[in-house]
Amino acid sequence: MTDSNTTACACEGQCNAAVWNELDEFIASHERGRNSLIQVLHKAQELFGYLPPDVHQHVADQLGLPVSEVLGVVTFYHYFSMQPRGRHTINVCMGTACYVRGAKKVLEALQEKLGIKMGETTPDRRFSITTQRCFGACGLAPVIMVNSDVHGRVTANKLTGILNQYE
Amino acid sequence: MKKAFRAQVLLCAGGACISSGTESVRDAFQRELGEQQLNEEVGLITTGCMGMCEVGPIVVIYPEGVFYQKVKSEDVAEIVKEHLLKGRVVQRLFYKKPSTQELVQAMNEIDFFRLQEKIALRNCGNIDPEDIREYIAAGGYEALGKALTNMAPPQVVEQITVSGLRGRGGAGFPTGIKWRATADQPGKPKYVVCNADEGDPGAFMDRSLLEGDPHSLIEAMTICGYAVGANQGFVYVRAEYPLAIQRLEKALTQAREMGLLGKNLFSSGFDFNIEIRMGAGAFVCGEETALMHSIEGRRGEPRPKPPFPAVKGLFDRPTVLNNVETFANVPYIVLNGGMAYARLGTEKSKGTKVFALAGDVNNTGLVEVPMGMPLGTIVYDLGGGIPNGKKFKAVQIGGPSGGCIPAAHLNTPVTYESLPQLGAIMGSGGLVVMNEDTCMVDLARYFLEFIAEESCGKCTPCRVGTRVMLELVNRICNGQGTMEDLERLEELAGVIQKSSLCGLGQTAPNPVLSTLRYFREEYIEHIKDHHCRAGVCQSIMHAPCSNACPASVNVPAYLAYAKEGNFEEALRVHLRNNPFPSICGRVCPQWCIDKCRRSDLEGPLAVRAVKRFMSDLRDDYSELYPAKVPANNRKVAVIGAGPAGLSCGYYLVLLGYDVTVFERREESGGLMRYAIPDYRLPRKILAKEISNLERLGLKIKTGVAVGRDISMADLRAQGFEAFFMSSGAGHEIMPKIPGVDLPGVYPGTAFLEQAARSQPMNVGRRRRSGICC
Repeated sequence: MTDSNTTACACEGQCNAAVWNELDEFIASHERGRNSLIQVLHKAQELFGYLPPDVHQHVADQLGLPVSEVLGVVTFYHYFSMQPRGRHTINVCMGTACYVRGAKKVLEALQEKLGIKMGETTPDRRFSITTQRCFGACGLAPVIMVNSDVHGRVTANKLTGILNQYE
Repeated sequence: MKKAFRAQVLLCAGGACISSGTESVRDAFQRELGEQQLNEEVGLITTGCMGMCEVGPIVVIYPEGVFYQKVKSEDVAEIVKEHLLKGRVVQRLFYKKPSTQELVQAMNEIDFFRLQEKIALRNCGNIDPEDIREYIAAGGYEALGKALTNMAPPQVVEQITVSGLRGRGGAGFPTGIKWRATADQPGKPKYVVCNADEGDPGAFMDRSLLEGDPHSLIEAMTICGYAVGANQGFVYVRAEYPLAIQRLEKALTQAREMGLLGKNLFSSGFDFNIEIRMGAGAFVCGEETALMHSIEGRRGEPRPKPPFPAVKGLFDRPTVLNNVETFANVPYIVLNGGMAYARLGTEKSKGTKVFALAGDVNNTGLVEVPMGMPLGTIVYDLGGGIPNGKKFKAVQIGGPSGGCIPAAHLNTPVTYESLPQLGAIMGSGGLVVMNEDTCMVDLARYFLEFIAEESCGKCTPCRVGTRVMLELVNRICNGQGTMEDLERLEELAGVIQKSSLCGLGQTAPNPVLSTLRYFREEYIEHIKDHHCRAGVCQSIMHAPCSNACPASVNVPAYLAYAKEGNFEEALRVHLRNNPFPSICGRVCPQWCIDKCRRSDLEGPLAVRAVKRFMSDLRDDYSELYPAKVPANNRKVAVIGAGPAGLSCGYYLVLLGYDVTVFERREESGGLMRYAIPDYRLPRKILAKEISNLERLGLKIKTGVAVGRDISMADLRAQGFEAFFMSSGAGHEIMPKIPGVDLPGVYPGTAFLEQAARSQPMNVGRRRRSGICC
């Protein structure tokens, strides 16, 4: 890994050989080839927080695929990110039920509060904002998910209280 | 062996209840049961989703089946001490009927549960999904045993065919035919794939099934494998459902440990295994060919059919692909026979369907009902109607491929056949209820944006067509649309439907077409009047209160001036749009406060009271009216001196016209004088605002009935060039009931007019009167 990659990484310099080894072990436990690509990318994103170009290259080499094919898959699926994420990812549900119950207002308030737009990360790397289509928690609409915690019946006023739970 | 308990506490650990605090409630129960030394007597079970997500966390205590809602950890000590120790139920945690506020004690007395018929969801909320023994105790894996030991594969397919089960993922393809087609293919391997990529926003039944009863899916897929000759299954789950994945993984491990998954099942020589594949957030992967591409590690793009998956599916091998809910019905059918299932539902839509109720409805959650239940029963009886006294507007059914159904069609039985006639589809069963605050144009925009983003880009009609449709609808939402845009939308919709490669594109125009079909007038209002009646479309709306005001008075501006104490300026703002601040300060129905944004905080502002106060400070508005345009000496006649005629006269005078208002009655004011009683609108207030108009230059001639005392031709001869007819919109329709012609029965406005004229009326001795206008 080059220095420039280290500084761009969300792990803030902690990513090291151990993480790469864990990825390689995961790859080794799976069938070599295209069939395992998406599972490997899930693992890589879990380990690195996002999927930078050197990870694409590494995965491509290990699975015996052209890097263009890896990139094609990474860019096709929303779940895979090529940008570093903050320590906490705030997912605003934009499913129909949440939309009808005011998700747009929640997203606007959140963007204003953190001073970043959807898809961006705060300069202190504390929060990233993303949107998703339906967490299947429609009974609690509108819903936001911070990391894997679901917060239901969110209003603009409740945001401060929710965000304070995450340092 | 599991112990026998004298009471069981079932705690809902569905996704929604967990976010509402199930875990702390469970901890509290463990602590309290321990403190009261009830561990040996009372069982505590965390179950999958019980369905009534709105009132979670839910606790149900058996044997009585007492239902407690919105339970907090603080409530647990009371439940344990009162209910479990002393046998006294805790009434304050009972469910309240939204319509009558009546308390309901037992779960099966609540309409939401009473009207359901649970087959797919039979175990959800009744067993601990993380314990295979509970599933087995509830009859689990019995169907698999029966199939493997007593039935030949074609017999299994036959029972599925007889049951009439159709694909619950959306398209409703007969499951039996699908299985037979795969079974008929020669060679091995074949595959069974479960589509758990529940992408339709507003649908969450697959999530609840995976979280609440994962073994039923494992059992069903294994039965399917046996029936079609496949030995390998894949479950394709959304990455957004981490809890579902976790519980399914646990269930798979337990099934393998028990020998219910793997080699030589039930000593039949049949092997079956299941693997989980995680999706990665692409809606199009709900389409079967795209889903299989994704399992193969490719971009999730669909391909043309045929060949169908039954012939050439996953890894180009014959494949059965069904969704979670479809599979969940299979064990019941195999165990009880296809006929048992087919007795429910309608002729062509058999069995039950799970619906996810969400949006503006009291009881959000999951319900499973027999096919053919009227939509209105689902929304009002199970769903408990619309919260906060708002009005029902439409139900969106079938997600981005579906459509909206307005109130007029609430009696429609929900079947695969009836919904397409209304421009919707069954889809996966997401039912999003919408009230009057939803803008139907904005909703169409929302779905188009969704589709345009989720289009995989492979075929042009979907990739480009939906973008162009989105641009057109965006223009309409922004008040820049034209009537031709509506035609263009419909034309383009037809092309996209006919020429797209897969189901996503072919159904993408549905939300636009169905809103155009039932709510065309809202599109026209956006285009012609630049008005969004729901107050949603920001760019053609100043503020929700002003948007709701029929006179479009700038409410935030005059409130801001009033706050500064500058009442003159506040009044000036008001007079720009409405010449009657003192009158409206008393009798306006104040639609503005229904939309007031402060309602989200502490309650709406007292807009009308502010208006009344600021206008009562002044008798003479002369200095505050907008500047008059120089006189143009053109004469306009206004017929009728009610609020409409006087307002019209006011605006025209400001524009420099010479306006005369003709009024048939002896005094001006219309209904303001002849319908509203003096105590609601004092006559001196009315006189003040009308005389202000006269001072401004409006001429009013009372006691002149145009058409009787003077003709339009006469007026034309006198030099009037234009006429405004405001003769009153009131027309009484008496109810068609016996006795309406009896003495003492008055139509509403006639009664009010007599009262306003202070004429003596016989209202009877007991003075019980009802006014119906």
